[in-house]
Amino acid sequence: MKYERRTFPGGTHIQDFKGFTNSLETQEAKAPAKVYIPMSMHIGAPSKPLVAVGDLVKMGQKIGESQGFVSVPAHASVSGKVVGFQRMPIPNGRMADCVVIENDFKDEWLEGLLQTEKDPKSLDPKELAARILDAGMVGMGGATFPSHVKYAPSKEGKKADHIILNGIECEPFLTADHRIMLERPERIIAGLKYMMKLADCPKGVIAIEENKMDAFELMIKLTEADNTIETVVCKEKYPQGSEKQLIYSVTGREVPPGGLPLDVGVIVNNVGTAAAVADAVEFKRPLIDRIVTLNGNGVAKPMNYRVRIGTLYRDLIEQNGSVLGDTVKVISGGPMMGFAVYSLDIPVMKGTSGILVFNEESQVLKREEEGPCVRCARCVDACPMGLEPTSIVKAAKRRDWPEAKVYDVTSCIECGSCAYVCPSMIPLVHYIRLAKQYVTSKDGNGAVNPFLV
Amino acid sequence: MESITRPLILSCSPHLHSRYTTDKAMRDVSLALVPAALAAAYYFGIRALLVILVSMVSALAAEYISRRIMRRSNSLMDGSAALTGALLAMCLPPGIPLWAASLGAVSAIIIGKQVFGGLGQNVFNPAHVGRAILLASFPVHMTTWMPANGSVVDAVTMATPLALMKAGSMDQLPSLWQMFIGQVPGSLGETSALAILLGGLYLIYRGHVDWRIPGTYLGTVFVLTAVFGTINGYGLIYPFMQLCSGGLMIGAFFMATDWVTSPITKKGRLIFGLGLGILTCLIRFFGGLAEGVCYSILIMNILTPLIDRYTKGRIFGRAK
Repeated sequence: MKYERRTFPGGTHIQDFKGFTNSLETQEAKAPAKVYIPMSMHIGAPSKPLVAVGDLVKMGQKIGESQGFVSVPAHASVSGKVVGFQRMPIPNGRMADCVVIENDFKDEWLEGLLQTEKDPKSLDPKELAARILDAGMVGMGGATFPSHVKYAPSKEGKKADHIILNGIECEPFLTADHRIMLERPERIIAGLKYMMKLADCPKGVIAIEENKMDAFELMIKLTEADNTIETVVCKEKYPQGSEKQLIYSVTGREVPPGGLPLDVGVIVNNVGTAAAVADAVEFKRPLIDRIVTLNGNGVAKPMNYRVRIGTLYRDLIEQNGSVLGDTVKVISGGPMMGFAVYSLDIPVMKGTSGILVFNEESQVLKREEEGPCVRCARCVDACPMGLEPTSIVKAAKRRDWPEAKVYDVTSCIECGSCAYVCPSMIPLVHYIRLAKQYVTSKDGNGAVNPFLV
Repeated sequence: MESITRPLILSCSPHLHSRYTTDKAMRDVSLALVPAALAAAYYFGIRALLVILVSMVSALAAEYISRRIMRRSNSLMDGSAALTGALLAMCLPPGIPLWAASLGAVSAIIIGKQVFGGLGQNVFNPAHVGRAILLASFPVHMTTWMPANGSVVDAVTMATPLALMKAGSMDQLPSLWQMFIGQVPGSLGETSALAILLGGLYLIYRGHVDWRIPGTYLGTVFVLTAVFGTINGYGLIYPFMQLCSGGLMIGAFFMATDWVTSPITKKGRLIFGLGLGILTCLIRFFGGLAEGVCYSILIMNILTPLIDRYTKGRIFGRAK
């Protein structure tokens, strides 16, 4: 059968490297002896610890309370004893306060959780929202935006007429979303139904990239009887999974710069989030684990793992049997937008979709020296936002911040398409981030930002 | 577990890069010139290849020595100097003294490129700078033409079709087919429209060149020459002859599309091509020279930053 392939302007084709893990069933990772639960796994205010050293905690027990509206609680991902608080690096390079729990390996759930709701369909939106917040739900695609905030009634009375589930997973190497769509499709659809009810939205769309046709066909089969849900296939093009580009591909609407999807009547969530929402609503199951793709030429066996939140990268890589001696680079997330990390003693968080370990022999990371810009305009053609990356970077290199603003640097989504295609190997995203820091500082010149000299 | 033996590399995303690099592109563009070079060798003999060789070697030497003197990195491997040498040779007469070809290549590299700061910084197309300097300095050498071997029309061996058209001597022109395949006097890489078209289409197919520049350039010339030809009663063959003569084809596909000196916006490229077409026709119809491609491109090169400035694309999400 032929389906219309949705797409967006700009972008570029990238080899997807997904063949290593896209057919491997998700394995349950062994829970480690100690988990480190960051109090800041979401965009917004960090949560406040509710436990003290020496406390015994059960699995799923709330150990951090959300602070303010844009914030979510954190939960124990193992049962055991709180043995300390530690300030440690997290995948995005910042520091966070973590609650350290020693695992008793009993995996005892907190009472009251994991009991099947008799009639989940009768729950009213208010109750749905409360359960989603209580479960510590955030966007699991990587942005970790608190889910309940997306569904809170808008002050201006804006309403969504589309909820889009993002099953694009356009980052190379990552297959976590692909696996969850194959392994738990009913849970994803159930979660979407609750989201639609919550937002009083008549239409749900599940969007899948064409390199995952098995997931697409499965989803089509499961949703064809339901005329409120549509499953669409999107062209394999990076960054198809970027929120703004996905909304355009599916609805033809453009989110204005600085705007939110709701401004054009859309809410977007990751497919993994939808499955977790279904578990939260029906079983009051908090978000304490997620699927993580472990890959790269430095790992012994590329694999998709279901991992407890708070597991150190080191512990996961160790149980994979990988030898780390000659590791040169470790990336948290995908290779296009993920963070290179400087330590393996950092915890898996709610937005950790992959861990990529590379050693010296990796051809993937090989890059040549930066050369001069030859104005080939490949970056201009690849930019999904319609920017001129090279013009911004030239302004940034001569520290002309007002000029960077003229070229709309703040509209950049940092997808990396420009730097990927640049034949002169210019690290465009690096310079664009620098320019953003200056342009968005108080005087537009970086003068009041203590980090910029 | 064995621990990591050295600090991990930290770098800004993206961590992945395409295999496409500047030097590969330069080599590909040079490859696209091969049909034109072979045609030149076929029509003008081994002498044509000698001019190409001297021009390329001189360009490479000038690049290497000038950068050495300026204490800059060796840039021979980026392939741009060799390409400039080859492109310059394409717009020289096959009988040009080799010292002149060499001097042109050296001027192209030093005055056309390195004084601006090297690759990516130059305002003008370096090969055309070299050609313009030669034309101003040695007008006789630059306009003395060799007959193309096998040319059946002996009477036109010393005048290019463009010069004939300029003089209004339409009856002495070779046939359109001869002009298309290159069986006419002219610069060594310019005569065979067919060979250049082959290379040019390859460039578009490979994505090195945006069709917009050659498309609007050739289209504009076609329309204007059709109008001019009709007014003067030259018939419908006139615009086709104009397209196949002089440096237009190589200019449209290889010179005007030079990344460094042409606009980076799509709309800008349309304007650029339109401007080229108008200027070329103005010079061909009313100028003192028979050919206007070289100067049109140099003039539009100056306007490139301005065109870019005023043709910025619409940002995604902003009002249309």
